[in-house]
Amino acid sequence: MSTYLIRNAKVLGGDAQDVLVSDGRVAGLGTGLTAPEGAQVIEADGHVLLPGLVDLHTHLREPGREDAETVETGTRAAALGGFTAVHAMANTDPVADTAGVVEQVWRLGQQAGRCDVHPVGAVTVGLAGERLAELGAMHESAANVKVFSDDGKCVHDAVLMRRALEYVKAFDGVVAQHAQEPRLTEGAQMNEGTVSGVLGLRGWPAVAEEAIIARDVLLAAHVGSRLHVCHVSTAGSVEIIRWAKSKGWDVTAEVTPHHLLLTDELVRTYDPVYKVNPPLRTAEDVTALREGLADGTIDAVATDHAPHPSEDKDCEWAVAAMGMLGLETALSIVQQTMVDTGLLDWAGVADRMSVRPARIGRLDGHGRAVAVGEPANLVLVDPSARRTVEPSELASRSGNTPYAGMELPGRVVATFLRGVPTVIDGKLA
Amino acid sequence: MKRHLISAADLTRDDALLILDTAEELAHIAERPIKKLPTLRGRTVVNLFFEDSTRTRISFEAAAKRLSADVINFSAKGSSVSKGESLKDTALTLQAMGADAVVIRHNASGAPHTLANSGWLRGSVVNAGDGTHEHPTQALLDAFTMRRRLNAGKGDLEGRRITIVGDVLHSRVARSNVLLLATLGAEVTLVAPPTLLPIGIETWPCEVSYDLDAVLAKSDAVMMLRVQRERMNASYFPTEREYSRRYGLDEKRMAALPEHAIVMHPGPMNRGMEIAADVADSPRSTIVEQVTNGVSVRMAVLYLLLGGSEPAITTSEETAK
Ligand SMILES: [Zn+2]
Ligand SMILES: [Zn+2]
Repeated sequence: MSTYLIRNAKVLGGDAQDVLVSDGRVAGLGTGLTAPEGAQVIEADGHVLLPGLVDLHTHLREPGREDAETVETGTRAAALGGFTAVHAMANTDPVADTAGVVEQVWRLGQQAGRCDVHPVGAVTVGLAGERLAELGAMHESAANVKVFSDDGKCVHDAVLMRRALEYVKAFDGVVAQHAQEPRLTEGAQMNEGTVSGVLGLRGWPAVAEEAIIARDVLLAAHVGSRLHVCHVSTAGSVEIIRWAKSKGWDVTAEVTPHHLLLTDELVRTYDPVYKVNPPLRTAEDVTALREGLADGTIDAVATDHAPHPSEDKDCEWAVAAMGMLGLETALSIVQQTMVDTGLLDWAGVADRMSVRPARIGRLDGHGRAVAVGEPANLVLVDPSARRTVEPSELASRSGNTPYAGMELPGRVVATFLRGVPTVIDGKLA
Repeated sequence: MKRHLISAADLTRDDALLILDTAEELAHIAERPIKKLPTLRGRTVVNLFFEDSTRTRISFEAAAKRLSADVINFSAKGSSVSKGESLKDTALTLQAMGADAVVIRHNASGAPHTLANSGWLRGSVVNAGDGTHEHPTQALLDAFTMRRRLNAGKGDLEGRRITIVGDVLHSRVARSNVLLLATLGAEVTLVAPPTLLPIGIETWPCEVSYDLDAVLAKSDAVMMLRVQRERMNASYFPTEREYSRRYGLDEKRMAALPEHAIVMHPGPMNRGMEIAADVADSPRSTIVEQVTNGVSVRMAVLYLLLGGSEPAITTSEETAK
């Protein structure tokens, strides 16, 4: 296995150091390290070195929608975005609700090899919200599933949610809830507020998310279970989670990059690239989400990377699919909204995009300190770079990025997965 | 004027007055024995209807034909509209056919906006009603009707008090009317049960009341919106009877209106629900006039959008060169 000397890297944004990577691990750390014979030297020029990013929420679309994304293309996008591990959501076709399907996704990830793929198991059979899927079997499979979610749908039945929360305790699993009260969001097209009223689009009220989160934190407290809340999108949700954490309950939450930046004002264009679930909210919500991420109420940034082929987006709003790409732009959006605004330093970014998501997913090899002996899952970022997003240049099979034509800060220069570069010079290795 | 008419908000006060004045001129040809003008000869207007609305389609068709345009009626209902590519594919077809204007009716809010901004076609797009969003030519014909009855067919509607009653939440007519009437200086009050008003209504350029009786005495016009009986099943209101008792316009309520006030309805009506039959048929009712005025207003819109650089009407038939 090759040896790499990364020279002059600001580890977690601190002072510049040299980092020696050998045999899949960090083998040396300090200033003025000499390159061992045969080592490849990477001049970091003061770029920032972080632990490889971990995404708790990715839609890789395989099996079933290989026209939108595959494990192969999705993990390319992940590596280019600085990720070394992603959790692949269960709403595939067939649904990842059996050991067989999660093992299939697991193996596809192993074959692709650019990024660890951890399948998420469905909570209920077929995501139908009626009876539990074989959670234990998925956990015991080769995929070793620890995160369970019906994402795309809410586990809205309170009894079923309670049982799921309880059941996964046996193997330290966690239920990741897509919080959406179904009756309040029938036919919902966008955030319910001033803009939906003007546009005549059926509203998705904040209360539909907040009511489920409030119920779930109480349920989790009652049965003493872990709860993870997917893609928190409203100021009220942040408040409820802050309150739950203040009680000492084991509740974690994620926010997407797009909810940290974009608002429902964009829907005035009726451009379906902005159609996403949960929907883009208001500027006040964006502010509260940033604050929640900064103070740790929200534990993680998760992309909710949701590729869709052009025919599902190149149409009128009402029939367009919900979701947007995220893997290749997540770090730039976090830099723009959190770092460049002074809300979070790079150590904070490492915590919210690597350390905590790895801990929530119970991934032992990821989200580790950049220290001698640790697995060399690393990402080197140039924060001073600027780039304009061009959908056709993305590695994802789909092009539904809401940032097309936008100039974003930061660029992933290199990504290492257990000491092996998956990205070098900003290109796939 | 903009190239498309998607929202009443697309119209400045001058645009709106130009349309109303042009419509007023055009209305006079309806009184001639030969109702046709050669103005849009050789131009193609497509009526693209994804939703049934015979009355609106016929109105646009009559308007285009009186201007001598070629009219193609394209009813897309029943085709595979569940998937969106049909809108795109249809648009590309219409582009290939050389449509100069596409009049679109669609059950999805925003579909005309998407059609106009997608680059799929080059012609003008006229919104003939989209989902629960807007219906700008309805608002124009309503304003035309109010101006004739209240202002002798001239000027704007400055200071006129217009009350719009009913299912505002689901009404494209209400949205377009609020915007256009505000542009024309009218004072609009929306009246509905709170369940049938959208969130954020306080930001609209109008007043809101839950009490119809409180606003009738100071209304110059009352516009009753159609209320679908099915709304009852989704608990927007308890019963038909309660709705019509609280928000329906019956003779007693009509008597509370000022002498000059008119009663309007965009149709189709639910007689006995939002409007009593006697009220609908009373001399104050402009419901039949609204239909007639619709043709004149749509003629004006098509004429102005298709850039008739010549005057719409010349003194005789000499433009038929
Ligand atoms: Zn979700
Ligand atoms: Zn998702």
